[in-house]
Amino acid sequence: MINYFANPSRFLKMTEKLLPWLVRLTILFFIVGIYFGLFYSPADYQQGDTVRIMYVHVPAAWMALACYVFIATMGALSLVYKHPLAGLAAKSAAPIGASFTIIVIITGSLWGKPIWGAWWVWDARLSSVLVLFFLYLGHIALSYSFENPSRGNKASAILALVGLVNIPIIKFSVDWWNTLHQPASITRFDAPAIDPSMLIPLIIMALAFFLYFITVLLVRIKSELTSQKIKSLNIKMIK
Amino acid sequence: MNYLGLVIIKDVKLALQGVSDTGMTFVFLLLACTLFQFSIGPDQALLMKVGGGVIWVVALLATILSLERLFITDFEDGTLEQYFLSPVSLVFFAIAKAISHWLTTGLLVIISAPLIAVLYNLPSEIFLPLVLSMFIGTPILSLIGTLGAALTLGASRSGVLMPLIILPLYVPVLIFGSLVIYNAMYGHSYNSLLMVLIGLLLITSALAPWATAYALRQAIE
Repeated sequence: MINYFANPSRFLKMTEKLLPWLVRLTILFFIVGIYFGLFYSPADYQQGDTVRIMYVHVPAAWMALACYVFIATMGALSLVYKHPLAGLAAKSAAPIGASFTIIVIITGSLWGKPIWGAWWVWDARLSSVLVLFFLYLGHIALSYSFENPSRGNKASAILALVGLVNIPIIKFSVDWWNTLHQPASITRFDAPAIDPSMLIPLIIMALAFFLYFITVLLVRIKSELTSQKIKSLNIKMIK
Repeated sequence: MNYLGLVIIKDVKLALQGVSDTGMTFVFLLLACTLFQFSIGPDQALLMKVGGGVIWVVALLATILSLERLFITDFEDGTLEQYFLSPVSLVFFAIAKAISHWLTTGLLVIISAPLIAVLYNLPSEIFLPLVLSMFIGTPILSLIGTLGAALTLGASRSGVLMPLIILPLYVPVLIFGSLVIYNAMYGHSYNSLLMVLIGLLLITSALAPWATAYALRQAIE
């Protein structure tokens, strides 16, 4: 599987076929998820309609963490196997992950204002997500600050692997420290502490976010490959 | 071993020459602390409360100051390539660089920490935990810092890029380091926090030099 996609033109061919379907699926999932989340699911008995922020906030948070793990994995693949597309994938995924993190922070503070009474609280979860955002920014800045792009990719891959230490800290910060942010209610060992009427729209939205990530990632990788091609054509023309 | 010693002695000698890096870092430390007092105001009780955190933040910034020049001179005059060609592994070179950075910066931070504590009117009970936590914490800062310096070596804007990369990685040291001081200040036990710091030191010293060596190899190629 990994070796199969080592050939960029094979990858591009597959992307061309997949992309239209992915776009349609993403839009479908978003429409269904938003409809279920905003109109179909009940309001919370404590938080009222504010709880609907959850349908954006939680999936974005999951994707922000997952995307960082993805970047680190791709970084490891590019360092160990010198896989040509892995480095590109990591580079293309970083801005997407950073925007998921921004979405988490903005929706979180919109949610925090009515419930906690403050836009921002220096609580363990919030601070560690902010650190995750800075890790993303460092990754992006590092991968673009060398004349030789492959050196940028390698340096940022090492940074991603080192920064991976932060992921468990973010994930478990609400369990380890007693904080204002509520502990995990879905990813725990016993049954999820959330009613199916809220869980189902949440899962649909999570799938929508995931599909969105894949779609945008493929588009970004495609455009990276194209710009590389343009660069090499330019060099040929000069010669 | 011999090789390690030679690299360290060379670097320390260079750092102490003329208007030395070490001297300027010391001035920076005091200056930064003074700035905090200007901005917060001369409220003794408040200064005492923030003092423990300020010491650590200033220590972090001071270690970053001298990092930019850690590899750049060796990189530009070709010394780094000679190290690369020598039969000794670059990992030893990375370790030597981290040690020499610690000797010229970390040690200075440790020595000046009690002085800053006096400036902030911190109680005398915290001096021992402060110095202990600095002794364990500053080598971690040097190790991560060498990695950051190696990663950004040859980058177009390494001066602004490096803090952006390193500071998020410094966060765990900052959290546990200042917790040690606050726990000591309010009479709680701080042994477990020191253990956590030691654990962090062991992990970073096991992994950082290898990552640094790998990053250096990328920079040379």
